[in-house]
Amino acid sequence: MFEAVAFYLFAFLTIAMFFIAVTTSQALYALTALAAGMIFISAFFFILGADFLGAVQIVVYSGAVMALYAFGMMFFDTTRDVKEKNGNKYIVIGLSVISAILVVAIFSAPIVSENITALYPMVEGAGNTQEVGLVLFTKYLVPFEVAAVMLLVAMIAGIVLAGKDMDLSLTLLDDKEIEEIKNKKMKKVL
Amino acid sequence: MELYLYLALFAPLAGSLFAALFGASPKTIVAGLVPSILLFVSFVSSTILLVHILSGGAVVHVEMMTWMATGDLYIPFGFVVDQVSVTMMMVVTVVSTVVHFYSVGYMDHDKGFNRFFSYLSAFVFSMMVLVMSDNFAGLFIGWEGVGLCSWLLIGFWYHKESATWAANEAFIMNRIADLGMLIGIFLVYWNTGTLQYEQAFAAMPALEADILTLMGIFLFIGAMGKSAQFPLHTWLADAMEGPTPVSALIHAATMVTAGVYLVVRANPLYDLIPHVGIFIASLGAFVALFAASMALVNRDMKRIIAYSTLSQLGYMFVAAGLGAYWVALFHLMAHAFFKALLFLGAGNVMHAMHDELDPFKMGGLKKAMKWTFIMMTVASVALAGIYPLAGFFSKDLILEVAMIEHHYIIYSVLLFTAGLTAFYSFRLVALIFHGEERYKLFGVHPHEAYKFMLIAMSPLLILAVIAGSFKMTYFEMVTAVLPATEYHVHSALAYWIMTIGTQLFVIAAIAFAYKKYARSGITVPDGTSKMENRLCYKILSNQYYIPYVYEEYLVKPYRELSTVFWKQIDMKVVDATVDGIAGIIYGTGEKTRDMQSGNLSTMLKWMVAGTVGLLSLAVVFGLAVRYSVEIKAILSGLGV
Amino acid sequence: MEIGLNHYLILSTILFAIGLIGVMRRKNLLLLFFATEILLNSVNIAFAAISHFYGDLTGQMFAFFVIAIAASEVAVGLGLLIVWHKRHGTIDLDTMSTMRG
Repeated sequence: MFEAVAFYLFAFLTIAMFFIAVTTSQALYALTALAAGMIFISAFFFILGADFLGAVQIVVYSGAVMALYAFGMMFFDTTRDVKEKNGNKYIVIGLSVISAILVVAIFSAPIVSENITALYPMVEGAGNTQEVGLVLFTKYLVPFEVAAVMLLVAMIAGIVLAGKDMDLSLTLLDDKEIEEIKNKKMKKVL
Repeated sequence: MELYLYLALFAPLAGSLFAALFGASPKTIVAGLVPSILLFVSFVSSTILLVHILSGGAVVHVEMMTWMATGDLYIPFGFVVDQVSVTMMMVVTVVSTVVHFYSVGYMDHDKGFNRFFSYLSAFVFSMMVLVMSDNFAGLFIGWEGVGLCSWLLIGFWYHKESATWAANEAFIMNRIADLGMLIGIFLVYWNTGTLQYEQAFAAMPALEADILTLMGIFLFIGAMGKSAQFPLHTWLADAMEGPTPVSALIHAATMVTAGVYLVVRANPLYDLIPHVGIFIASLGAFVALFAASMALVNRDMKRIIAYSTLSQLGYMFVAAGLGAYWVALFHLMAHAFFKALLFLGAGNVMHAMHDELDPFKMGGLKKAMKWTFIMMTVASVALAGIYPLAGFFSKDLILEVAMIEHHYIIYSVLLFTAGLTAFYSFRLVALIFHGEERYKLFGVHPHEAYKFMLIAMSPLLILAVIAGSFKMTYFEMVTAVLPATEYHVHSALAYWIMTIGTQLFVIAAIAFAYKKYARSGITVPDGTSKMENRLCYKILSNQYYIPYVYEEYLVKPYRELSTVFWKQIDMKVVDATVDGIAGIIYGTGEKTRDMQSGNLSTMLKWMVAGTVGLLSLAVVFGLAVRYSVEIKAILSGLGV
Repeated sequence: MEIGLNHYLILSTILFAIGLIGVMRRKNLLLLFFATEILLNSVNIAFAAISHFYGDLTGQMFAFFVIAIAASEVAVGLGLLIVWHKRHGTIDLDTMSTMRG
């Protein structure tokens, strides 16, 4: 009973938050709503017994990602109202709803649910964090390391991209502009 | 001996390639001399091979390399020098060597000098492949090769409309015949499983008569095209548009006799089907008369000689059809010599008269062109078959064959034709060399040809005189591979009556021709004289209206049909289909171009649409798998 | 009323649909990124739910990797966004049409 109440409550909250995030015309509202939605999602993880995942969700999304977005927004003019697309609304909503229905149809198809067996069954008596650790550092060790490298690369890429002079693209400039930039650099060195 | 075989075969090719190097450059005397000398090498090699065969040497048979080997089909590039092919090789190399040296002088002022020698040597090479091949496939290559070179050389002066037209006519007529020949070759392969002469002919007696008849007929259709037999004869007269040495080499001595060679080569086949042989002989006799009659009134020097060639080819086919293959081959050889000589002489006259072809506009040239006069007279005497020149031995032999084989109609037709032959030959000689000097009216100053051209012609002159005396040697040699039937009229009296009667008849025809045309007072016909308005004259001078009939009843309807097909089927169905496919693709591209607006938002929408499409496919297939049993039951219920 | 796997899956698809709507109608590149975050999170819910109901940890593992990818995407995406903004002074999607065919 408690589970049902919690599920419906958080489901309503998440949907509402995300709905605001995609519909509002204020970037700041959207950011706030998204952050709230992320935290509400972690609630589902806790309900489902994936404690570690829930913790990671809060730390990564609400902490790191949202902080990054907030930081990124400082570069842009966020006070202005975001212009909406003038395209056909029905197409947008129609396509989304159809795809949603199709996904449900696939998940609820008997052929899928009948053939699933647990590859890495949960260990009885161990906490979720221990279980995750066991699986992650045995079976998924290599993907885990690859993911780590990927994050490192992404970090370096983020720093470099946001760095100086990265807005100049040599392929999009003509010879004259490239020459000017070179001269500028020469002067600085001198 | 293999060395000489390869030398004889490939020296002309080397000459052709050498001359081709200079194809685009202005006249280089080397480009003419080198092929001529290489041809002389080829001639010497052929002579050595001839001596080898004559002295009883073994047949030289080489297999140069494998050409095709797939499954049961095995066709090598094999060459054979036996008694038959060595005869042909001698004819080809002698005449072509003479013609090559002659052409150095004849083509002296022509812009296409180098090109000419390249083509001419290429022709000789193809002809050598044709006669030396030991299988039908090689023969066919040579066959097509000479056809190609003939096309190139007839259309040598391609800037002349009439020359290109004649070249195309010759090529197309030969294509029609080649189809028949190809079917014949396929039939041979289909029924005997091989294309090698020896094996194929060995397997033939076991076959059914119907199949053999078909084979014989289809192969003969090929021979008809190449040897310009009725009804595919019109191209030969038009082929005279080419340079005269070409006419001498290709359209008198060698290529047109390839048909005869084919029949002779396939003698084991034609021996099995005598009724086809009778047909060949009858057709030959008909063509002999038919062509000779057209030559009677023609006013084009080269065409007259061309018709005479046609007529003589008819003689050869009579001999071949009646089973006297060695006689056919003998006449082929003798004819090659004097006919080439005649053509080369005509070439001299043409040169002297600045390309004038109407003998009525010449007359009295014997003073200015003494040697040419002698040569052409000798050649005409040989052609008419007067003792002791070459024509007498070979042509009389054919008459005797017809007599002995009891084909009296053929015999009388041939005898009559012999008279016609003598008449038109000497009509030509009389008009050109005797009588008044009518050319003066046209302001022409004739001159004799270069001395070396005359010297180059002299071997042919000698051969035209003495070729007949080789008869017995030749008979002994060639009957090693051909049926050795000697043709003797049993009663000596009948023989002498026949021979002397023929001779008298021919001499009378000559005398009549001289009387009629060598006198003074001949004028250039202008279409007003009584004779010219006679029906038979008109028929003859219009070549029995056959070209007209072809034009009206074959070419024009075909062209109209083609136009209909072009407009209705090609444009409206084929082209429209192709255009339609292109149009659909183009239109699709044009319409879907808007998808690629470069706008990320639009692209994202399309991405979602694609996702929806794939998801629905997944659902459909999932359902199909899930309910496959039921679906199958429903389908089988529907009868699928 | 017992909450089963289907409830979670339906929730997941509803969120996914919201994300798709966002992806399709947003013009501002930054807000478009928000929508992609929603997409990723909706999938994470499905993974966690399946993991729970089938007693298999693989789902949770996938959710971890999804989070890692989302973090990388944000880092790189924001870097590119800043570059673009420096260059063109705007992050409006309609101005990005250099790939016009």
